[in-house]
Amino acid sequence: MRPASQTRAVGIAIVGVSLLFAAIRFLQMQIDAKTRTVEQQKEELLLRSPSAVKRMSLGYNALLADIYWTRAVQYYGNRVGTPDATFELLWPLLDIATTLDPKLVIAYRFGAIFLSEPGPAGAGRSDLAIELVKRGIAENPDQWNLNSDLGFLYYWRLQDFQSSAAAYLEGSKNPKAPSWLKMMAARVAEKGGSLETSAMIWSELRNSTQDPIVRERATQMLRGLKAQEDEMHLDDLADQYKKRSAHYPASTGELRDAGLINGIPVDPDGYPYVFGPDGKSRLNPQSTIVIPKELRTPLSPSN
Amino acid sequence: MIMTAMGTPAIEILGLTKDYSVGFWRKRARRSLDNLTLQVQEREVFGFLGPNGAGKTTTLKLLMGLIFPTAGTARIRGKSIDDVRMHREIGYLPEQPYFYDYLTARELLDYYARFSGYSAVERGERVERFLERVGLAAAGNVQLRKFSKGMLQRAGIAQAILHDPQVIFLDEPMSGLDPVGRREVRDIILDLKKQGRTVFFSTHILSDAEMLCDRVGVLAGGKLQGVGTPSEIVSVEVHAMEILFEPRDNRALPTALAGRATHMGGRYRVEVPETELYGALDSLRSTDARILSVSPVRPTLEDYFLRLVGGAQEKSRGVEVMSR
Amino acid sequence: MSATTAPVAINTFREAVRDRVLYNLIFFALMMIGAAIIVGQISIGIERLVIINLGLSAISIFGLVMAVFIGVGLVSKEIEKRTLYSLLAKPIRRWEFLVGKYAGLLLTLVVNTSFMTIALAAALFYVGRPFVRSDSSILVAIYFILLELALVTALALFFSCFSSPTLSTLFTLGIYITGVFASDMRDVGELTGNPSLNAVTRVIYYLVPNFHNFNAIAAAGHGESIPLSLVGQNTLYAVLYVTLLLLAASAVFSKRNLK
Repeated sequence: MRPASQTRAVGIAIVGVSLLFAAIRFLQMQIDAKTRTVEQQKEELLLRSPSAVKRMSLGYNALLADIYWTRAVQYYGNRVGTPDATFELLWPLLDIATTLDPKLVIAYRFGAIFLSEPGPAGAGRSDLAIELVKRGIAENPDQWNLNSDLGFLYYWRLQDFQSSAAAYLEGSKNPKAPSWLKMMAARVAEKGGSLETSAMIWSELRNSTQDPIVRERATQMLRGLKAQEDEMHLDDLADQYKKRSAHYPASTGELRDAGLINGIPVDPDGYPYVFGPDGKSRLNPQSTIVIPKELRTPLSPSN
Repeated sequence: MIMTAMGTPAIEILGLTKDYSVGFWRKRARRSLDNLTLQVQEREVFGFLGPNGAGKTTTLKLLMGLIFPTAGTARIRGKSIDDVRMHREIGYLPEQPYFYDYLTARELLDYYARFSGYSAVERGERVERFLERVGLAAAGNVQLRKFSKGMLQRAGIAQAILHDPQVIFLDEPMSGLDPVGRREVRDIILDLKKQGRTVFFSTHILSDAEMLCDRVGVLAGGKLQGVGTPSEIVSVEVHAMEILFEPRDNRALPTALAGRATHMGGRYRVEVPETELYGALDSLRSTDARILSVSPVRPTLEDYFLRLVGGAQEKSRGVEVMSR
Repeated sequence: MSATTAPVAINTFREAVRDRVLYNLIFFALMMIGAAIIVGQISIGIERLVIINLGLSAISIFGLVMAVFIGVGLVSKEIEKRTLYSLLAKPIRRWEFLVGKYAGLLLTLVVNTSFMTIALAAALFYVGRPFVRSDSSILVAIYFILLELALVTALALFFSCFSSPTLSTLFTLGIYITGVFASDMRDVGELTGNPSLNAVTRVIYYLVPNFHNFNAIAAAGHGESIPLSLVGQNTLYAVLYVTLLLLAASAVFSKRNLK
């Protein structure tokens, strides 16, 4: 072939192939337009039986477990934070992942958090979270982290301090477990529900995790707990102020002027606390701090 | 040629029979080789003749242990064909050979040489020598997938004789070769003969056999039809004489010959039985015809062969036997 | 290895190399590179685990595909192409040929697996953490995969001694899957409480190669140490089973007419 006609042939081929691919892309988009909506509506798991999935894995269960765990993380990540998010598939995905690889500790640990978080942040299924972690402990008796997670779930989600203390105590029996586990067990048994104990639990969770989402969540919780503690102090001071001045302070500035505090206290976000007409302190409306509502029992200030 | 049949024969085949079962549902046995008994002496070149499907390849595969006989046995240089040590003393070129096409000719020969226990040096030297001998020295580093049929045949011959075997079996060694290639193979066989080896080769090309063989065996329809020197087989059949003559001044042919003579460019050719030769010559002389030549009609091996095959094919219909 | 099987083995290896079988390594390497890059973004906290699981699973699957598809052709290809004719005229017994072919494919699989192991190690190195002692269980898992491949190759070779490549593939894969499910089948037999069914499933359980034995991928991923006794038992199990299959294959093949 002469060079000129050869160049032309190559040119025609490139144009032709591009046109064909353009047509294919167009066609695929048409097909997607019809089918994708249906797919989105009934997003579901093909196989819901964990043991069936395990059998069908033909021995490649470890890799499949990773895939299911990754899917669980993506499923959670895509929904969390969106209003009226639901998490129906979260439990089946975690169930399958941990059945495929019972030693996949990460799936028990974070799965429990995803499951137990209330509202749009999670499935609000503390019962399933506890079941998952208990299964994890049964499969991995040497993982004291899971005992600590179980203690956290009982403490924070169910306010079942007795079970929580028992979980921490069980974990502390592991020779590899750090000493704070034993301390925690005693503390939860003695002073379950105290702000200090709560803060300790969250800060241990924050320290032990490598997952940025969980760490961020724990940090928020700790800030909330700090604000809650501050508010309780301010409320006490407001009561003292009222005894002197016969009325509640309108702002923290009045408490300072009365010499009850040295400066203007600010929340962990940097905003000063405000007082309501009932004399109760609250967060500045601009503050992003969220006071945890999980502990419904009255909180006693730490001493 | 007279054979000095002393000691054990090179090849000794005793009642070798092979049935193949044919048909998938109702298995029947088809007899491919029927009670073959044959001896080939040391230093003999033996031609195994027969048309395609006569059972030549079956015989060779039986001797090589590639297939197993339904009945009968065979020994090569006194060793049973079941004996793996027998294979040290033989070489074999399969019909239409095909080799590992990812190897070069040199690698192929080196591979086969490994089974004969040569040292690396001796192997290398030997491979080069035999590449040269079959005319593949220039193509030694070419992968066999690029070889022509004739080149494959040469490589096949090289591997068959590489380890200096005493008995060499060649299945259709000339097939697929051009005239030059055929002559080269003929030279190799004659060379082997000169070195005192026994060569057993099958062919359906008779001129090769006539030219090379001390003895031939003719196989048709799975049965051995005859064994002998090429001249023996041919001479049995010499009964006719051929007369070539030129009639004088367009005079009429003798009536006794007129019907049988064929005209060819002013001359006539006529074949008469040996017993009628003098009568025919007398009658020709009476018409003053010029007699150009008188010679015996030597039927070629081909004629003999065709007759045999014709007869065998008649009989072979009865070869298929029912069983199982 | 004897003087007659070694050349066959080397030639079988050479055939695999020249048929570009080892090109699968490119795909494996690309996969490991892709996984090493992507895994950090999609898998929280288990990058290493995913790399190990993916790498070992791929080593096993790639090896299985090679063992089955090359294995079933080891003998049939030589018969079909008639390359066996001139070879068997040499002083080599048929079983020696079979053992040579078997060893050749095994050599190919070992070389292939070694390269994949290097690629896996490189990917692990990329996602971080220097190697530790518990990583030796990865090597044990790879050794187990090789034992499994040795068994599958022997199965494929055995079937190819008397059936067509297509049928041999089906038989080999069938036995493989049965072998993977062997313990499940035994459990089903026990659960039904039917003594005759239980007997049947038990026989199958002990008859088919139990491939479950050789699965240490999950253990390797979690850095669990694998007891030395299991390594020994698995080795012995594979050796016994392979010997059995090669003996059976030799018995069948030695009587076969090569038409």
